[in-house]
Amino acid sequence: MELVFALVIGTLTATGVYLLLRARTFPVVMGLTLLSYGVNLFLFSSGRLATGQQPILGSTESYADPLPQALVLTAIVIGFAMTAFLVVMSLRNLADNDDDHVDGKQPKRPTEDHKQEEEARGK
Amino acid sequence: MNHWLTAPILIPLLGGILQTFMGYAPMPLRRTLAVATTVLLVAASLILLSMADDGSYRVYAFGNWQPPFGIVLVLDRLAAFMVVMTSVLALFCHLFSLGGADEGNRQFHTLFLFQIMGLNIAFLTGDLFNLFVAFEVLLIASYGLLMHGGGTARTVPGLHYVVLNLIGSAIFLISVGMIYSVTGTLNMADLAVKVPQVTGENLQIVKAGGMMLLIVFALKAAILPLCFWLPRAYANATAPVAALFAVMTKVGIYAIIRVYLLIFGDNAGELANLGMDWLFPLALITLAMGVIGALGADNLRSLIAWQVIISVGTLLAPIALGSREGISAALFYMLSTTWTVAGLFLVATLIANHRGSAGDRIITAPKMHHRTFLSVLFLIGAVAAAGLPPLSGFFGKVLILQSVEPGTNMAWLWSVVLIGSFLTLVAYSRAGSIVFWRTVDGHLNAPDRLSGTTAVAAGAMTALSIVIVALAGPINEYTDATAAQLLDPSAYLEILKAPMVGEDN
Repeated sequence: MELVFALVIGTLTATGVYLLLRARTFPVVMGLTLLSYGVNLFLFSSGRLATGQQPILGSTESYADPLPQALVLTAIVIGFAMTAFLVVMSLRNLADNDDDHVDGKQPKRPTEDHKQEEEARGK
Repeated sequence: MNHWLTAPILIPLLGGILQTFMGYAPMPLRRTLAVATTVLLVAASLILLSMADDGSYRVYAFGNWQPPFGIVLVLDRLAAFMVVMTSVLALFCHLFSLGGADEGNRQFHTLFLFQIMGLNIAFLTGDLFNLFVAFEVLLIASYGLLMHGGGTARTVPGLHYVVLNLIGSAIFLISVGMIYSVTGTLNMADLAVKVPQVTGENLQIVKAGGMMLLIVFALKAAILPLCFWLPRAYANATAPVAALFAVMTKVGIYAIIRVYLLIFGDNAGELANLGMDWLFPLALITLAMGVIGALGADNLRSLIAWQVIISVGTLLAPIALGSREGISAALFYMLSTTWTVAGLFLVATLIANHRGSAGDRIITAPKMHHRTFLSVLFLIGAVAAAGLPPLSGFFGKVLILQSVEPGTNMAWLWSVVLIGSFLTLVAYSRAGSIVFWRTVDGHLNAPDRLSGTTAVAAGAMTALSIVIVALAGPINEYTDATAAQLLDPSAYLEILKAPMVGEDN
C-alpha cells in the first residue's frame, strides 16, 4: 500500500508541477488542482497509513491518527475555494487581454524582433 | 485564559460580517461603521500592548482545550508589537480609502477588515497549522483587494500573485505534513520541546520540512529569488491597498522570527539555527536587487514597491545573524519602514492624481497643483525611507549597523547597507527633482481639489516617522525587551502548562 500511495502522490505532484510551468492559464489551473490533490494525500499519510483502525487513543494497540484527517479537510476546503477563484481570475484575464497566456500576451518571437529591427534600419 | 486576546480577531471579524450584509446601505453609514471598527481595533491592540509589556506570556485556548491538543492564541511582546503596528497602519489606510478608493466595490470594507483579521490571527497564533489558515485568510482577502478598482492593469499581476501564493500554500502544507509526521504535534511550544529530541533518519525529514517552511516564508517576505512578483503587484494596487500591503511582507518576516527562533533556535540540538546561514547572504543580495530596481523604476509607485524589497533585505540581515541587538534593531526598523513605505504609497497616489495624464510616471509635466504640500510629504517619506537623519529610518539603520560584531559579516553588512542607502537616495532625489522641479509649459485641465480625508491620512501616515523619532527611547526599550524575550524561549514552553478554566489549581 505504501508503494502505491507514494507513487500516486509522486505522479500527481510531478504532473501538477509540469502543468504549472505551461504558458496557458488552463493548464496552470489544472496543475494547481493536481498539486493540491497530491499535497492532500501527502498530508493524509503524515498520520501513517492504516486501515480499519479506531481513531481513539487507548482503545486498541494501534490507532488511526485523526488529526491529519482534520488538516486535510481544512486544506481541501481552502484549496477548493482558491481553485474557484483562480478560474474566475483566468477568465477575467482572457476577457481583458483576449489571450489566455499567463502574461496576458504572447512573448515576442526573436524572428519578429529581427524583422522590426530591419524595418527600422530600412527607414 | 485571557479573553482579550481574541479582541483583535473578533473586532474585524464582526465588523466585516456586518459590512457584508450592508452592501446596499448608504455609503456614509457603511464608512462610519467601518472606520469605527478600525478605531476599536487600535484601542484593543493598545490594550494588548500594555498587557504584553510586563514580559509574561498570555494564552487563550480555543474551546478550553489544554495545549498542545487544542489551538491556542499566544500574546507576547512580539505579537503585541506586530498587532499595534498593523492596526495603526490599517487605521490611516482606511481613512485614506474614504476619499473615494472604497467606491466601485460594495465589499471593499469587508475585504479590508478580513485582511486585518487574517494578519492578526497570524501574529497571535501559537499553532503552525493555524498559521497556515491565517495566511490563507489574509491571502484570500488580499486577492480581492489587489483586484479592487477599475481597469485591466491589475489582471495579470493579480493572476501571478494568486498562482504564486497557491504554490506557496501547497509547499506550506507539505512542510507541515513532514514536521507533523515526525513530531506528532503542530503546537509551536510543543514543537520547540519535540524538535531537539528528533534523531536518526527522522532528522532529515524535519530538516527538509523546516527548509521548505523557510521557502514559504521567503515567498511571503519577498526574499530574492522569490521577489519578482512584488513590484508589479504592489505598483498596480489601489493606494490604500498598496499601503496596507506594506505589512504583508512583514508577516513573512514575523513568521521567520517566530518559527526559527522558537522551534529551530539555539536549543534545537542538531537542527539549531536551521537555514540562517543561507538567509544572511540572500538578505544582502535582496537589498542590492531592491536598490537596482529602485534606480531603474520609471514611476513613483514601482520605486516605492522596490523600497519594500530593500527594507526586507535590510531587516533580514540582522535577523539572520541572530544577536539580541540585531533583532531589536530589526524590529525598530520594521516599525519605521512599514509606516514610511505605506505613507509614501499614499503620497504617490495623491501626486498621481494632481499631474493629469503624466500620473506618477517620473517624467517632466506641467506644474502640478498643491505642489508644496505634496512635495514636503514626499520629502519626509523619502528622507525616512532612505535613512537620512533626523527621521526614523536613520535611527533604524544606525541600530542595525551597530548591532553587528566586527568581522566579515560586519564588512558585508556595512558596505551593502551604506552603498545601498546612498543609491536609494540617488533614486529618490532623481524622482523628486524630475516630478516636482522640472516642469514644462502647459496646462493641466480640471484641477482636482485635494480632499480633506486623503490629505490628512497621507500626512498623518508620513508624520508617524517623526512620531517614531520622538518616541525612539521607549520604542527601543520595548524592542530590546522583545528581543530578549524571543531569545529565551524556555518561558514560552510554560504555556503548555497553562491552567484551563474550571481546573483546580
